[in-house]
Amino acid sequence: MLITTLKSRDAIAALVEGKAFIINCHGCKEVGFPEAEAAEMEKELCEAGKVTGIMTTDYICNPDNFKLRLKAYLPQIAEADTILVLSCGVGVQTVAEIFEDKKVCAACDTTRLPGFQGVTPLEVACDQCGECYLTMTAGICPITACSKSLVNGPCGGTKMGKCEVDPNMECGWERIYRRLEAQGRLDVLKCPTNMHDFSTVKATAECKQSE
Amino acid sequence: MKITELFDKGEFVISAEVGPPKGCHAEELIEEAKKYLQNVHAINVTDNQSSVMRLGSLAVCKMLKDAGFNPIFQMTCRDRNRLALQSDLLSAAALGIDNVLALTGDHTFIGDHPQAKPVFDLDSASLLHTMRTLEGGHDLAGLDLVGEPPKFAKGAVVSPCSDSVDAQLVKMERKIAAGAEFFQTQAVFDSEQFIKFMEKAKEFGKPVQLGIIIPKNVGMCRFMNNNVAGVSIPESIFDELKADKEKTKAGITGVEIAARIIRECKPYCQGVHVMTLGWEDKIPSLMEQAGL
Repeated sequence: MLITTLKSRDAIAALVEGKAFIINCHGCKEVGFPEAEAAEMEKELCEAGKVTGIMTTDYICNPDNFKLRLKAYLPQIAEADTILVLSCGVGVQTVAEIFEDKKVCAACDTTRLPGFQGVTPLEVACDQCGECYLTMTAGICPITACSKSLVNGPCGGTKMGKCEVDPNMECGWERIYRRLEAQGRLDVLKCPTNMHDFSTVKATAECKQSE
Repeated sequence: MKITELFDKGEFVISAEVGPPKGCHAEELIEEAKKYLQNVHAINVTDNQSSVMRLGSLAVCKMLKDAGFNPIFQMTCRDRNRLALQSDLLSAAALGIDNVLALTGDHTFIGDHPQAKPVFDLDSASLLHTMRTLEGGHDLAGLDLVGEPPKFAKGAVVSPCSDSVDAQLVKMERKIAAGAEFFQTQAVFDSEQFIKFMEKAKEFGKPVQLGIIIPKNVGMCRFMNNNVAGVSIPESIFDELKADKEKTKAGITGVEIAARIIRECKPYCQGVHVMTLGWEDKIPSLMEQAGL
């Protein structure tokens, strides 16, 4: 089980460079999704002329299914500079895998709730850490793809692109670097120093209270 | 004494690195330092190096300081969360240890306690940021420190011969943005590669100490090539080590190689950092041959 909460308006506004295509995942019913707030935010972006299209669907973490549904929206996506995804971290990463050359942004933070979750086995993982970095890491999660969950770039433990912990594991930050480089977006790594917020227990408690 | 003051004076700064023992007696380490490390500017003390549990870096730094040396406190983020890191930074300042080298640290999995929980609450960049925050008179929670804030010479590391050197340069820039004032590098065995790296790194305007390991033998070099991140030893060095086995065994070949690398790289960097790996006794001859 998980909860997605919308990032702040300012944070989302900063994500949208030029025009955005928005993907809402109303996914698995175990997910707490901020529907009303999201609709309001999207309305504002539409009124500002910043949206090429909106797709509201479910289970975007199922790539086969999702790709079929995407077909109708491809022209609108081609027109967009960014894809703004409102889903859990797995959904954002699935979209980023499909549109490797596009800037894919996470509009939500994903927080853990106890209980069963997820039905689609995937290569990508979301740790439901409550502070989503996927926008600045080209849709590759530094929490799950880096064995140390580093949020400020690679450590010195990369050897031939592999992690010091497991020679079969690709260095997550090497992958992030390469994809950002291919997208011409290396400048995002010049952001202020990140410090991960581990106080997500609080967010979970707040959300439960509001239910 | 802050190592940054030496860089500011234009000194070519020489440091050596010692690893605390697995046990609570550092007397031998101190005696070795007195014998062989009198002429270096500073001594790094490793922090559970390679994720192997040992006597603490801060304690050995204090013992070295009491013996008249200038220690550099290596801090990794593997074993402590942000409370413990800040607390240890304050402890260092209280003990008069004012050189700190910020490292992310090896993963617990590769050390002698692979079952341990790896912390990594912060990383090298955010640890530098933390030092700067404390220097501003408050902690990471924004709460005021009592009295005069600490002041550190804030160091960091970089791997000039990494196979992903571009990503290393980006991280180096982030470390500088977070407060890094000087750099020590991973061991360099290929001067050309280092010089090429410095062409880019010099734009950042921060002093860089060339990292040196004296190559002991072919086996050690092969091991490092296969297992140590950021280390790449060219074939020519293997040939040199193979040429005269007795000379290699006595450490003469290794010292010659290391001294040559230092001489070749010296015009491009601001100091040298020697990781001794037990060969403290070779430091005087290395310095002499390198013309330091």
